[in-house]
Amino acid sequence: MILKRLRLVLGIISLLILTFLFIDFAGLLPAKNIPLADIQFVPALLALSFGTVTALLLLTLLFGRIYCSVLCPMGLFQDLTGRVALLFKKKKRRKYTYSKEKRWLRYGTLIAVAATYFAGWSVMLSLLDPYSAFGRMATHLLRPIYMAGNNLLADVFNHFGNYTFYNTEVFLLGSSSLVVALLTFLIIGYLAWRYGRTFCNTLCPVGSVLGLVSRYSMFRFNVHEDSCNQCGVCARNCKASCIDSKSETVDNSRCVTCFNCTTVCSKKAIRYEFSWKKSKPTETISEDDSVDSRRRFLTTIGVTMLAASTQVWAKGMHLGTNKPWVRKSPLSPPGSHSIEHLNAHCTACHLCVAQCPSKILKPSFLEYGIEGMMQPIMDFSHGFCNYDCTLCTEVCPNGALKKLTVDQKHATQMGFVKFIKTNCVVYTDETFCGACSEHCPTQAVSMVPYKGDLTIPQINTAICVGCGGCEYVCPAKPAKAIYVEGNPVHRKAEKFVDNNKKEVKIDSFGF
Amino acid sequence: MKRRDFLKAAALTGLVTTFKLTDGMDLMAQKAVKSTAKTGGTDLVAVMGGEPAQMFQKAIAELGGIGKYVKKGQKVCIKPNIGWDKTPEMAGNTNPELIGEIVRQCKKAGASEVVVFDNSCDDWRKSYKNSGIEEAATAAGAKMLPPKDVSYYRDINLPNGVKLKTAKVHQAILDCDVWINVPVLKNHGGAQMTISMKNHMGIVWDRGFFHRNDLQQCIADICTLDKAAVLHVVDAYRVMKTNGPRGRALSDVANAKAMFVSADIVAVDTAATKFFGQLVDMPLESVKHIAYAQDLKLGTMDLSKLKVKKIQL
Repeated sequence: MILKRLRLVLGIISLLILTFLFIDFAGLLPAKNIPLADIQFVPALLALSFGTVTALLLLTLLFGRIYCSVLCPMGLFQDLTGRVALLFKKKKRRKYTYSKEKRWLRYGTLIAVAATYFAGWSVMLSLLDPYSAFGRMATHLLRPIYMAGNNLLADVFNHFGNYTFYNTEVFLLGSSSLVVALLTFLIIGYLAWRYGRTFCNTLCPVGSVLGLVSRYSMFRFNVHEDSCNQCGVCARNCKASCIDSKSETVDNSRCVTCFNCTTVCSKKAIRYEFSWKKSKPTETISEDDSVDSRRRFLTTIGVTMLAASTQVWAKGMHLGTNKPWVRKSPLSPPGSHSIEHLNAHCTACHLCVAQCPSKILKPSFLEYGIEGMMQPIMDFSHGFCNYDCTLCTEVCPNGALKKLTVDQKHATQMGFVKFIKTNCVVYTDETFCGACSEHCPTQAVSMVPYKGDLTIPQINTAICVGCGGCEYVCPAKPAKAIYVEGNPVHRKAEKFVDNNKKEVKIDSFGF
Repeated sequence: MKRRDFLKAAALTGLVTTFKLTDGMDLMAQKAVKSTAKTGGTDLVAVMGGEPAQMFQKAIAELGGIGKYVKKGQKVCIKPNIGWDKTPEMAGNTNPELIGEIVRQCKKAGASEVVVFDNSCDDWRKSYKNSGIEEAATAAGAKMLPPKDVSYYRDINLPNGVKLKTAKVHQAILDCDVWINVPVLKNHGGAQMTISMKNHMGIVWDRGFFHRNDLQQCIADICTLDKAAVLHVVDAYRVMKTNGPRGRALSDVANAKAMFVSADIVAVDTAATKFFGQLVDMPLESVKHIAYAQDLKLGTMDLSKLKVKKIQL
């Protein structure tokens, strides 16, 4: 069947590219020119790209949930898992079974996601948005493996004098996000292995929204009773578990348009066809079912409430270090404008984290509070923000990091420098240093005369952009002598005054 | 690749990985190098008024040609300053045309391989690219080596160091036959000046140790490494006179069009500092690492003792 082949080819292409975007530490793909992340449903919605959202809804209204079968990386991951599971079966046959729609769970989750989002917590949306959840799996589970593999290859090649591959440091980006990614992988992976697209039709908010539309789509699947012999092969091959071969009906709100059924039906009794004339959406809901899902719905709400109440407690806890300075406000990435804007628009897909060439973007733990958990934060333990780099703002599909030009970035103060003289080696050891000033792109940290020939840092916060070069490189131990304090709302960085305009001409060597 | 070649290569790799160069072997290699470098003639060449490649050609000819330093079949390492993600006009990094010319000369002298690297401060991939050095060096036939992983560095002992006794040094320096040090002349907020000696901080892994333990002394200490560079080529075509070593605007840069070349690291840094002093006040005594290096007998600050050749183009 040509439609199934087309779905396979397109799906494989988008899965490969999207996955590579998240693991490509070397920047081989020009990420900012590949719009695959930008056409994902939730990111487009949060970026207020009405064009994209309308196009996706229209696509669904015309042809069903094509998004779920060829664009959504989480959907494709589940299909891949199902394929792998097939290899482990004695008879290489799919054995899915029809199940009733868990309507309460499905729409309960959707309502809960929307409600928590509008109450200011995007964390539930972040957890369930299929694209973002996939991004975290790729970033935290696959990326380290890819990097380790690269290092192995680099070792071999470098021995032969070939430096096409180079070693790169693999480190933990954030333990909470790793745990979340692992749980996502295990839960959705297990469901996909055993039951197919269960996630898409129970928990996925995008699946639920598109399902509302695909129920009435122009092209959809119908069983023709006159040709059907109720053999059930379509239902066994339906990974969405939405074909009831006994009653000869298809629940098109859950169908992910995989075309497995039309391919396997030898009687051509199940057809993908123009259906607007004879629209008769299926209604299947039983009393038992609704009670069960209502209970689960309430549990979900309860858990969310519980999580929220721990927020205050948690905020107090992460400050419990013995360092002599504590950052009062976390550092939100370039283009985020404010923590509030970031919290409201980011679903923690971690594309910026994966793409940051300076390795400074990390998933937050509780720095932004529970509501902003896993959203990116600047951390200067492995590097500092490159003065002229705007890559994160260019790859963000959500508009959580708004695009910045280099000039705009230079004029933005994400945070500002703080200097603790008593920690500085020039003060404590009376030796030369200047590492901070050396890294400062605007000379917001400059070296001024101190004792004898010594020079000591002097700060000018007005022209500081908050890149963290000084903090990253400061050699003082255990606590650094210089750090960047975050601006909850990014401010304007003033342009430094250029005061060495005078041209000096020399025509001798001076010795 | 034939099976036999593959097996040979594999066996060789095994050998390389099991064998580690001992300090003794390094020392032997070093001795041979020093004796060839110090053979009468001119000790230091200062050139002014030309283009980077042209000035190097004049200087090296005055010193007896590149063949005096690089022999046929040798592996050469060139160590520029590629510290920053900056374009050549900003003078944050060594001039790319100069690096290209040195690579070409080494190749002409019969070098079997020329490698170029620096442990950059900014993202090394951006720095290599935007400095123009990657393009110039590879076009001339050199290989750029990656710097940002500790696995590329090996421990060396510095028995003569005062504060710095051991350091992790990039294998490009340890595995080559000769290396040429090609710094750019800049002021430096912490070390006062960054020239040939300060450029050695780009061959080590842990610079933080230097900054924590008397930067000026550690700079002199790292220059006591057994495998000294055979030649120091100070690029002063564009000089960063203020806000160094990174710089922030074109006004920090002076178009001085000069170059200083010598095998004596103390002498060449002394000469370059005196030259720099004409642009911005910079007393030689304040650049403490130069005097420390003289105390460690790495060279002389007394230029009157040397045969200095000055060329105005």
